[in-house]
Amino acid sequence: MAYQFEDRPQRILLPARVGFIATTVMISLVLNLLPWRDLTGLPDWTALVLTFWCIHQPRKIGIGAAWMLGVIMDTANGALLGQHALAYSVLAFASIAFSRRILWFPIWPQAMHVFLLLISCQLLMLAVRMVAGGAFPGLLWFLGSAVSALLWPVVTFLLLIPQRLPESIDENRPI
Amino acid sequence: MDTAPPPFFNRGPAPLVRLTFFGVLAIFLMVLDARFRYAEPLRQALVMVAYPLQQAALAPVRTVETMADYFSSKAQLQKENDALRARALQSAKDLMTMEALTGENAQLRRLTDARQRLPRSSTLAEIQYAGRDVFSRKVIVDKGESDGLQAGLAVIDDIGVVGQVTRVHATLAEVTLVTNKDHAIPVQVARNGLRAVAFGTGDGATLDLRYMAANADVQNGDMLVTSGIDGTYPPGLPVARVSRIERDAAYAFAKITCMPAAGTDRHRQVLVLSPDPSQVPPPAATADTPSKTGKPRRARPRKDG
Repeated sequence: MAYQFEDRPQRILLPARVGFIATTVMISLVLNLLPWRDLTGLPDWTALVLTFWCIHQPRKIGIGAAWMLGVIMDTANGALLGQHALAYSVLAFASIAFSRRILWFPIWPQAMHVFLLLISCQLLMLAVRMVAGGAFPGLLWFLGSAVSALLWPVVTFLLLIPQRLPESIDENRPI
Repeated sequence: MDTAPPPFFNRGPAPLVRLTFFGVLAIFLMVLDARFRYAEPLRQALVMVAYPLQQAALAPVRTVETMADYFSSKAQLQKENDALRARALQSAKDLMTMEALTGENAQLRRLTDARQRLPRSSTLAEIQYAGRDVFSRKVIVDKGESDGLQAGLAVIDDIGVVGQVTRVHATLAEVTLVTNKDHAIPVQVARNGLRAVAFGTGDGATLDLRYMAANADVQNGDMLVTSGIDGTYPPGLPVARVSRIERDAAYAFAKITCMPAAGTDRHRQVLVLSPDPSQVPPPAATADTPSKTGKPRRARPRKDG
């Protein structure tokens, strides 16, 4: 299946603000810390938002920030210290490495790429915890990545809103 | 001669270098945390960072719960009131018998010169949230070091044993549930006093009775209570009920599956039992310097993270 990249109109976006990136990442952390009570197929919000910013703004967020977020996730949940940190670092690295490729695709193929990234992140975390003597959480745990991938268009729409707004509305502007 | 490129597009180290650095750092942390217990000060510091975020996450949930409580109908309250009154009556009857039995027991103990079992005091704690870590079964409760909690204390609810405090922060504590993988608890079959050790399986719903001979006298529906020989759990608390037994002649041990008695994932309020005052501390504690008393110490090494 070949995509007609040239025919797709591309919107010119405003530069992203670091403050907005930090705010959304914080909101995703709070979402992760909500008491969800063993809901199956619950997406890892922080991983999703982190992947989004690493793909869209690889210059403004990096592996160090991903590592810090991972360590905070580990302490808040009483998990093995460094487990999320390692997984998020690898996730950020892969997202940054593939960001140019992924951005060429329309939104649903992008979501498929993101699904692969997130599931590799989960597999890495699973491998680490199996070595450290954790219990296997069951195959339904991987549903979280699929739900995250399905949410990719929504997340893209929401997180790009500030960049789509015109800087100043000018009646006499030619374009 | 300087051949380095001009610092126009300086982006710091290459991504692969950064990944290697942070990856190694994460693995280092994991080894420190899982094999040795050196990562605790770092964890305590990071909890201070995560605490406001957690409170921010919990605040709306609490508000919604309070609203729901406020608007719960009068009929429902009336029904609940009736049920509670009936239960209080039942409890009062049990209590009267219990008082008589306690008196009788005390007298018998004095007669046999047995060591008096001192009643333990307890702290009521509320479960804040279940840890989102899918690999372990833990809950976070709202009492911490400031309320006198320490690692190793037993946690129960109104039916039986819930788990054990495994990590204590300033105002929060982590409780590992009995269903956590490889969480061991010494038990006794209430029917015949047979001693065994129940291990959590990690699936959140069952425990395994390991190392029981294939011809061991265990039956379906047998109640397992704590034996108290570990010094952590007081004796006689219900732990689990045997739900399935597979005796295979090919194996030396029977495979015995039990369901936890306490609502390990149902209730909001739990009781944290204070340490047994009559218990003699293990020799290692007396050899330690007194400055180490503030540090949480573990009854036995734990395998999970």
